Amino acid sequence: MNFYAIRAIYLFELARTWRTLLQSIATPVITTSLYFVVFGSAIGSSMTQVHGVSYGAFIIPGLIMLALLTESISNASFGIYMPKYSGTIYEILSAPVSYLEILIGYVGAAATKSIILGLIILLTARLFVDFEILHPFWMVAFLILTAVTFSLFGFIIGVWADGWEKLQIVPALIVTPLTFLGGSFYSINMLPPVWQTVTLFNPVVYLISAFRWSFYGVSDVSVGISLAMILGFLALCIGAVAWIFKSGYRLKN
Amino acid sequence: MPLRQGGCVQPVISIQQLSKVYASGHTALQTINLDIHKGEIFALLGPNGAGKTTLISIICGIVNPGTGKVLVDGHDIISDYRAARARIGLVPQELFNEGFESVLATVKFTRGLFGKPANPAYIEQLLRDLSLWDKKDARIFELSGGMKRRVMIAKALSHEPQILFLDEPTAGVDVELRRDMWNMVRGLRERGVTIILTTHYIEEAEEMADRIGVISKGEIILVEDKAALMHKLGKKQLTLHLQQPLTHIPEALANNYPLELADSGHALVFTFDVQREHTGIAELLKDLAQQGIDFKDLQSSQSSLEDIFVNLVRSRA
Repeated sequence: MNFYAIRAIYLFELARTWRTLLQSIATPVITTSLYFVVFGSAIGSSMTQVHGVSYGAFIIPGLIMLALLTESISNASFGIYMPKYSGTIYEILSAPVSYLEILIGYVGAAATKSIILGLIILLTARLFVDFEILHPFWMVAFLILTAVTFSLFGFIIGVWADGWEKLQIVPALIVTPLTFLGGSFYSINMLPPVWQTVTLFNPVVYLISAFRWSFYGVSDVSVGISLAMILGFLALCIGAVAWIFKSGYRLKN
Repeated sequence: MPLRQGGCVQPVISIQQLSKVYASGHTALQTINLDIHKGEIFALLGPNGAGKTTLISIICGIVNPGTGKVLVDGHDIISDYRAARARIGLVPQELFNEGFESVLATVKFTRGLFGKPANPAYIEQLLRDLSLWDKKDARIFELSGGMKRRVMIAKALSHEPQILFLDEPTAGVDVELRRDMWNMVRGLRERGVTIILTTHYIEEAEEMADRIGVISKGEIILVEDKAALMHKLGKKQLTLHLQQPLTHIPEALANNYPLELADSGHALVFTFDVQREHTGIAELLKDLAQQGIDFKDLQSSQSSLEDIFVNLVRSRA
């Protein structure tokens, strides 16, 4: 195992975050804070409780998940796309480093950044509303699992993209709508029965439901099914990445 | 000079039956067989699109090979890629860099990537040798083109490679940097580093290289010791500056010697083969005297590597 290479990639990627602190950390924290102000305080104060939880507290897991998904994808896709764009990918490909080590470096850094961001948002939320975390172990486990899975997904997008537009298109047109419609701001039980069924085809529903369960012990779908869905998506991403590396798709040819 | 073991030159890179066809259908390399000797400077010459960069990219791991095998210091570039790649440093043709990174950070990054522990003293010396130490904290986008090229070289040498690929390293580089670069190349060769370079400046290959390879249309058409190549393929010319201009070459001379008139008839050019034992110069001078043609000066010149290269590639076109 080339630990020096993993460390080099990991620290190099994290260094970009510190260089662009305003964009990397401050912007998503401010955006999420605005959600708390608008939905949690302004609108939420006139809403009844959801699953026995105040609306302001109810949306916290969804908002963290929203930031976690988008930032994991964004960090990982940008991380691998940038060397492709600038041409510096040549030194990654010519180094004595395995695909697994490349992956650990890039995906590890992207996941670390989004987990730090998720925890900052969690602390920020505390300034606006009181909440509790019933299952802290599972909260951290879902946080890490989701960050890693969607960082892998972002890595795939970064390899696939051959222009800035493609880099943005999947997060903007698919991930963000799925996240908003995945129960970030509501329980799917609040939807008409037909839409409840349709919603179950949205994978993000399972992520948010499981994450919310780790906070308040309530969920829209079974935690076991949610965990299986996350692991299934993780396996799918690992398979896609393995194929990319084996074939050299958009990296070596 | 190449290192020898038991009288045989030891190949540090061995390319066997290597070919490459891109997904587009373009055949970049036909069947390539080539040995690079340990400790030599090997110049790979070829016109644009000949396959030089593809060949280097395959050896370095950037492009997947088609068929064939490449061994680097005995290590297969596919099955034993770690050992193979750890020995190689690459300075690519283009100025690829992370513009917002500092010089020091990007050089340290490459050293780590190649599995080497931090060595601040070595990195400092490397940057000093390349006149980059004063710029170590500067972001790369702030540097001039020449300084960026130095950064690329520093990155390639950051992990102390045994083999250095220089793909058109002096393209767009000023005279001072070019001179510094070739001094550095000589220093590396003295330390036993094998250097493979491609260049458009053929006079540089002529000055620097131990051996020359010529690639055209994805095929190695010649590999030769430079001195032997110059001897084998080089032509010499004897130019006689005449006392009186000629309107035509007398038939007695034209039938026996390869002569041409130049400088509006004021010069007579005799081309001869350096390999021949008898060049025919003595006979020509006698015959000129018999014809009453006097000359006031004479000079000889030998064809350059560039002439040889152009002739080789043209003959294959």
